[in-house]
Amino acid sequence: MLQAIRRTTLMLVVRPIARLLFGLDAIGAEKLPKHGPAIVAANHNSHVDTLILLCLFPAKLLSKLRPVAAADHFDKGGFGSWFSRNVIGIIPIKRGAASRDLDVLAGAKQALTRGEILVVFPEGSRGEPEEMTRFKTGVARLAEFCPQAPVIPIYLQGAGRSLPKDARLLVPFNCTAVVGDPLSWAGSHHGFIDELRARIEALKAQAPPLRWE
Amino acid sequence: MADALVSWLHAQPTPLLLGFAGVVSLLVLGTFAAAILPALQPGKWTDLGPRMRSWWIIAILVGGALLAGWQAFTLLFALISFLALKEFLTLAPTRKEDRLVVLLAYLSIIVNYGTIFADHVLFEDGYQVYLVVAPVYMFLITAATMAWIGRTDGYLATIGIVHWGVVICVYNIGYAAFLMRTPDFEAPAGAAGLVFFLLFITQFNDVAQYCWGKAFGRHKITPKVSPNKTWEGALGGWATSAAVIYVLAPYFTPLSSPEALLFGVLLPPAGFFGDITMSAIKRDLGVKDTSRLIPGHGGVLDRLDSLTFTTPLYFHLLAFYALERF
Repeated sequence: MLQAIRRTTLMLVVRPIARLLFGLDAIGAEKLPKHGPAIVAANHNSHVDTLILLCLFPAKLLSKLRPVAAADHFDKGGFGSWFSRNVIGIIPIKRGAASRDLDVLAGAKQALTRGEILVVFPEGSRGEPEEMTRFKTGVARLAEFCPQAPVIPIYLQGAGRSLPKDARLLVPFNCTAVVGDPLSWAGSHHGFIDELRARIEALKAQAPPLRWE
Repeated sequence: MADALVSWLHAQPTPLLLGFAGVVSLLVLGTFAAAILPALQPGKWTDLGPRMRSWWIIAILVGGALLAGWQAFTLLFALISFLALKEFLTLAPTRKEDRLVVLLAYLSIIVNYGTIFADHVLFEDGYQVYLVVAPVYMFLITAATMAWIGRTDGYLATIGIVHWGVVICVYNIGYAAFLMRTPDFEAPAGAAGLVFFLLFITQFNDVAQYCWGKAFGRHKITPKVSPNKTWEGALGGWATSAAVIYVLAPYFTPLSSPEALLFGVLLPPAGFFGDITMSAIKRDLGVKDTSRLIPGHGGVLDRLDSLTFTTPLYFHLLAFYALERF
């Protein structure tokens, strides 16, 4: 029932509005994973990013998509929490809480075991609009935990202009998603995120020029 | 049900129905070509299939809006203006402080098309308001807002970019919607016939130039801006379109023969210059297409290029020579 509501809301309301406001031009959409387990990793500029990534996938995969999102932001209780967990389908993750006895990635690992597709932003935070910051190693640890899950790099452009961090006004601009070739676990956390970052950086060349200073 | 349909069809002007029939036959022809040509010459014509599917959707949307009346047509064109302006402002350089100004530019769509709805309601003559509201007052408001925001480096370039976008994507295109408010008795096929003729002639001219160029093109006409265009294509297309305008004008417009000849002389070059102007902008911005919204075509602006020039010219010539309303 809840899945049906989620799918209907996303397909009939969210996707048409997102297409109208953000265009959602996808380059290399055929490289998106067609089944789980898989990890989709993108640069992060705006709340709109998650929406764009969800809208890239066909309807039948929606029930498998799980954006990994900061608990301190999206899981603060009340309706917001319910909406994030049940309609957007987030897996809440506690930022900065990693310790020996608490595995902050447990929820994400369970989802991979269930064969779901994780949507992650390795930068961990939105940061300055349209600029990429350093990657955290969480995505590498997930790839190590589930080596059969391909990690698909995606470069997102434009959402940081439409709705940058701390902005109150949403301004429509066309956004572009460039999907790259999948990576798999190669044995080193830092080696993995460096490679992932380089791949996403390289995908930028295929996106239309962005002039915003 | 069937009776209602028949009587509704009878109420539509014959030239308009024949015009639609003509467009549908061209689409059917193109669809067959898209099915056969790729098999005959593998590797070539690959984007003809999606291109034709997109043409069908464009024809159904625009044709449907023409039949549904000026309200539906105005809403459709407001949407088209929004998509075009969004493509333009996405690719053109803007500054971080300009988000509010971009939002104001989008607001100009509501104001611009709002005057069409407000005609006879809010204003006795909405046309007088339409003429000045986007090019003069939206311009002043945007300029003042940007000065108020206070960033001065790149001020002049950005105000130029925003104003250019509003005029080309909203104001010029909006004339097609205002033309739909011509009283039906003023034209042989009603207001919808006038607008159909504009859209048909503009697209026909694009195709005629392309065909003449493909068949006889030797000498490049704009080597730096649009290297595929040739003198042969432009002149052949001009002559063909002029002849078609001259022959068809009596069925769709209230123009006399000399006036129709003038339209034939002026409209095809306007379409040509609209086309190369958009090419120049795309080259300047470093893109081939303005977006990927329409499969096989590119963006909305890629499709509108010639119309951004022919629409105001067609409207003003009609207003000057023939229409009492404007």
